[in-house]
Amino acid sequence: MLQVKSLTKNFDGFMAVNGAGLSLEKGQVIAVIGPNGAGKTTLFNLITGQLAPTSGTIRFKGEDITGIPPYAIVRKGLCRSYQVVNIFNRLTVFENVQVAVLSRRKHTFNLFSNARRMAVNETSRILESVGLKDMAHSISGSLSHGDQKVLEIAISLGNRPELLIMDEPTAGMSPEETEVTLSLMKKLSDEMGLTILFCEHDMNMVFAIAHEIMVMQQGKSIIQGKPDAVRVDKQVQEAYLGGDDICYA
Amino acid sequence: MSASPKTDWKKLIWALMGVAVFFVLPNFLSRFSIYLMALIFTTGLLATSLNMVLGYGGMYQFHHAVFYGFGAYTTALFLTKTGLPGWVAFVCAPLASALLSLLIGLICVRLSKLYFGMFQISLGSLVWAIIYRWYSFTHGDDGIHGIPVPDLIASGKSAYYFALIVLVVCLMIMYRIVESPFGRIFQGVRDNPERSEAVGVNVRKHQLVGMIIGGTFAGVAGSLFVVVEGSVFPDLLFWTLSLEILIMCLLGGWFTFLGPLFGAAIIVLLRTFVGIYTEYWTIVLGIVLMLLIFFLPEGVLGYIITRYRSRRNPKFQEG
Repeated sequence: MLQVKSLTKNFDGFMAVNGAGLSLEKGQVIAVIGPNGAGKTTLFNLITGQLAPTSGTIRFKGEDITGIPPYAIVRKGLCRSYQVVNIFNRLTVFENVQVAVLSRRKHTFNLFSNARRMAVNETSRILESVGLKDMAHSISGSLSHGDQKVLEIAISLGNRPELLIMDEPTAGMSPEETEVTLSLMKKLSDEMGLTILFCEHDMNMVFAIAHEIMVMQQGKSIIQGKPDAVRVDKQVQEAYLGGDDICYA
Repeated sequence: MSASPKTDWKKLIWALMGVAVFFVLPNFLSRFSIYLMALIFTTGLLATSLNMVLGYGGMYQFHHAVFYGFGAYTTALFLTKTGLPGWVAFVCAPLASALLSLLIGLICVRLSKLYFGMFQISLGSLVWAIIYRWYSFTHGDDGIHGIPVPDLIASGKSAYYFALIVLVVCLMIMYRIVESPFGRIFQGVRDNPERSEAVGVNVRKHQLVGMIIGGTFAGVAGSLFVVVEGSVFPDLLFWTLSLEILIMCLLGGWFTFLGPLFGAAIIVLLRTFVGIYTEYWTIVLGIVLMLLIFFLPEGVLGYIITRYRSRRNPKFQEG
């Protein structure tokens, strides 16, 4: 579904991503891990079009999407959620998701319909599936951090993605909130058949859900494989603090 | 903001009552007060049109007066220089302003936030300079006076009713736009352009359309000014007026739909009545602004609405 080949990004001489490769099949859940500064977020920004790569190619469903603007990539079914909470602060929870649904339905330049009556069912369904229905009419800026992160995911679902890219979905969450997010991701993958690509520092979570793991170090991908294979890989162990067990990283 | 039809009905009834009051009001007012009210309607429409871009789109539209003045001049020039029927002028003014906002917008939406605003001021000042200098066509800083407004709307009272009707119709259209999918997404763009792009919104195109909408209604306000005042002058496009409109929005409450209308009323009244005693009425404005920033950062109407909501629902707090 997604093929990334020898991707590089040069920030004024600093190679944030330097020959990254990645391959995803439909229905898979794939984790990208690596030490801080390995280039995970930059890689995601390149895939979703927020940044233009210096060289390399990105193919989604067989189509070359390298260098296409973000809004056009989203319309192809590749959506993302953010590491830092990135929502529409002054809008209600309902409106946050509705914006995405309306945009997907190509109502962006519809000037005279009544938005309150549009996309109500689908938006409610999404809120229900992520467990935010009770807060539908709260102003999103006043939600707790954990709820905002869930809303983050809900907004992405409004675009009805085929591939969902999640940048540290549990960053800054309490253990309980992490648990909720984990089961939500499982649900998205198992019940809705979503393909998920995410990066994460919480190794328990990575090994609990990922079908395959790709490891990055200094902008390079060192390995992509099954969790068990990655766990015992020499190079990976070296990348994580000189060869200790990966779980302590 | 639940979409219960009951609150919609309530809003509608309030609005109808308000309009009814303004319809009978001229019977009890002096000629000067009628003129002043018409001026408030015009300025209120102008401020609301800016707020479409500023409050709902989050764009730093720093030189909104250009679209106002451009509309006013288009009306004035059509009425004085051509023999075309009067209504042509009133149709062409918003169109001309829309075209100007398209031109300025095409250049400016490429820039973000503050740079957008600064560049708009320079482009707008260019338009002002042309009108200020082009004596043979626009009469420069003399302006154009005694514009032959169509008889039907020429008298003070009929100008009042014309302004009132145009204002109400424009407010209805703008409210519709705010509540449309476009408006909803525009507010999304205001809160978070990056995220909007990530849900498939072409942010720049959206901002450009928003600017054109704001500019168009500013053009309508411009032609209303011609009806009310019977003259035009280059100050209508000067950047200080843009600042004044901006203050109206902040004063009234730029996250509310009717706030700018209130702001406009406050400023016009201040200028008129404090202006009688001193030409330095802006000192009073300055003090009012300082108090506002300290005590009512959401604006007058914004404050009232927040209070009203939190009283009805203690859990509700606007961020």
